Amino acid sequence: MPSPASSPSPSSLAPARHAAAHARHWRRSVRLTLLLLVVWAVAGLGCGVLFADWLAGVHLGGFPLGFWFAQQGAIVVFVGCIFAYAVGMAVLDRRLAQELAALPVEPAAAAGDAATGGGAR
Amino acid sequence: MSVQHWTFLLVGVSFALYLGVAFVARARDTHGFFVAGRGVPAIANGMATAADWMSAASFLSMAGMISFLGYAGGVYLLGWTGGFVLLALLLAPYLRKLGHFTVPDFVGDRFESDGARLVALLCALFISFTYVAGQMRGVGIVFARFLEVEVDVGVVIGMAIVFVYATLGGMKGITWTQVAQYWVLILAYVIPAVAISWQLTGTAVPSVGMGSELSGQGVALLAKLDQIHADLGFASYTEPFVGEWDKLNVFCTALALMAGTAGLPHVIVRFYTVKNVAAARWSGFWALLFIAALYLTAPATAAFARYYVFDSLHGKTVAELPAWYRTWEQTGLVAWFDDGDGKLAYHGPAQAERNELFRIGTLTAVEFGTLRAQHQQWLDSSGTAGADARPALRERRLAGPDADILVLAVPEMAQLAAWVIALVAAGGLAAALSTASGLLLVISSSVAHDLFYRLLRPQASEAQRMAVSRATIGLAVVVAGVIGIYPPGFVSQVVAFAFGLAAASFFPVLVLGVFHRRLGTFPAIAGMVVGIAFTGTYILGTVYLGWPRWCFGIGPQGIGVVGMLLNFAVALLLARFCKPASATAQALVDRLRG
Repeated sequence: MPSPASSPSPSSLAPARHAAAHARHWRRSVRLTLLLLVVWAVAGLGCGVLFADWLAGVHLGGFPLGFWFAQQGAIVVFVGCIFAYAVGMAVLDRRLAQELAALPVEPAAAAGDAATGGGAR
Repeated sequence: MSVQHWTFLLVGVSFALYLGVAFVARARDTHGFFVAGRGVPAIANGMATAADWMSAASFLSMAGMISFLGYAGGVYLLGWTGGFVLLALLLAPYLRKLGHFTVPDFVGDRFESDGARLVALLCALFISFTYVAGQMRGVGIVFARFLEVEVDVGVVIGMAIVFVYATLGGMKGITWTQVAQYWVLILAYVIPAVAISWQLTGTAVPSVGMGSELSGQGVALLAKLDQIHADLGFASYTEPFVGEWDKLNVFCTALALMAGTAGLPHVIVRFYTVKNVAAARWSGFWALLFIAALYLTAPATAAFARYYVFDSLHGKTVAELPAWYRTWEQTGLVAWFDDGDGKLAYHGPAQAERNELFRIGTLTAVEFGTLRAQHQQWLDSSGTAGADARPALRERRLAGPDADILVLAVPEMAQLAAWVIALVAAGGLAAALSTASGLLLVISSSVAHDLFYRLLRPQASEAQRMAVSRATIGLAVVVAGVIGIYPPGFVSQVVAFAFGLAAASFFPVLVLGVFHRRLGTFPAIAGMVVGIAFTGTYILGTVYLGWPRWCFGIGPQGIGVVGMLLNFAVALLLARFCKPASATAQALVDRLRG
């Protein structure tokens, strides 16, 4: 990925639009990360610990469900979380690359969307 | 061939393999020495990370601990795998992008402070030394049991091997050695588990077998275990939150282990060795997948071994005792003190006075031998001479077999061939050596790169830095070996300390460093210091000074969570009032976010 500073453009608005594209990419990455962390917390700390006593009455084959989550299920969900993250970030990276590639040919007209690179903070 | 011959053969072949791999992949410059030239493929880095991460404790002790704790043993499984998710999502790709050599390096540059660099450096050294001492001890124990040499001699042999391939190969050599070690340790772990699962439940996959019915009994294994536990006075195996493991402590311990895992420097540096950010993300996935192969098997091994212990010992006479019991009885890690009826009885805390199965624990061989001799006299004389040893052992809380023997004993319990038992010994050594070498490299890079190059001698040449790196690893191996031979009594407790400190220091500062662009120097350092001070004081107080657990009854293992929250709170609060990060530091954050 090119960094914003490394691609100077003749148009004065282009750097701002680059920064805006990167800011959108960052916001999408943070949203994906938060979503996966919710899944992580619900499976590991939720089903494995906080609700384990409620889930003890439910059985999955020979396993009480809370026990299964604490010793098996959560680990499977964790592996899935990292897999989803690697795939999801590859998709987001490609989207950013497409947005950046589309930039130079567009007329620098829409001054209104020149959102700053302030991003997530 | 006997077990011992097989062990000599397999251990010898595996050691030769490690040395050969390290020689072929040896490092020639600091780039190769610290970060393997950043040319490791994601899948290979995943295997190396898995071997690096799974220590002697994971391999030898974890299944045993789960076996005795039941549900609560899940905190180790949850903590050590869940932490990997935090690492892979919040830290690894971003830290890789900046392309530093070490974790203190990132902390120092991001917060523009040599003070922060030094605090991070000291934490990294403390965590690494704590850990590596345990690994060396593990090497010694495996040698002692399987090759019948003294523990100390075993430690020295292990030191020599690590010394050769770590100083020669650096990170590059270590990485490819760890790939080889992963296969040795995972095969050694899974083969016995599959065999015992097949014997007990007729299912070859241990994770499935654990939830299946026992062959020919028409009752599920876990239900049977709960039944046995209830009958013999143990707390339920599958029921959550029994005894001191209440919901708050299970929650806090799991979370502290998770955050601590994500802050462990020797795991983070592994992500510095791959080609790019995408490879760092994928190697996080591969690493957890390879780790899961062992972590999904461990609770199954735990349940099978638990059942086997009852099935083969409880109610048996001397003539009926299995061979594995006789092997381990010689070590004192399990011992039978009969009440005179000639039948072994193994009972839990609720029926403690009926229990006849004990372990040597922290007693010396002489003390234990005396107790045994007096007990034998007491039995032979029908109570008129000698002394019943059981009350004394109960008082010292030494009821039940030692947790550490279970994994090593499983192949014997399942009566597997001699070569499988030998393979387990080689696997235990692989687990200990791979973790030890990763930690030694962190120690070396912390000293040679962060301390020598960045803080003391910025003008040092490449050759000087290589020389310092090799010398530090050599010195660190010797120090680790000495701690392994003369372990301070508190080694096992100090490991909890390492995780708590990593959770309360590194984890918040790294996460905030990536996700809070404006966080400046002072709030970050203040947060780290408060987190470490609180966690350190609480652990020292409750473990050594007999303080009550005044913080909501949370035990020392889980207190890192509170330290972590304090660290976050202090940093975020001060960030509102203090100077924000400089333009340079903010540009650095922009760069790592891409």
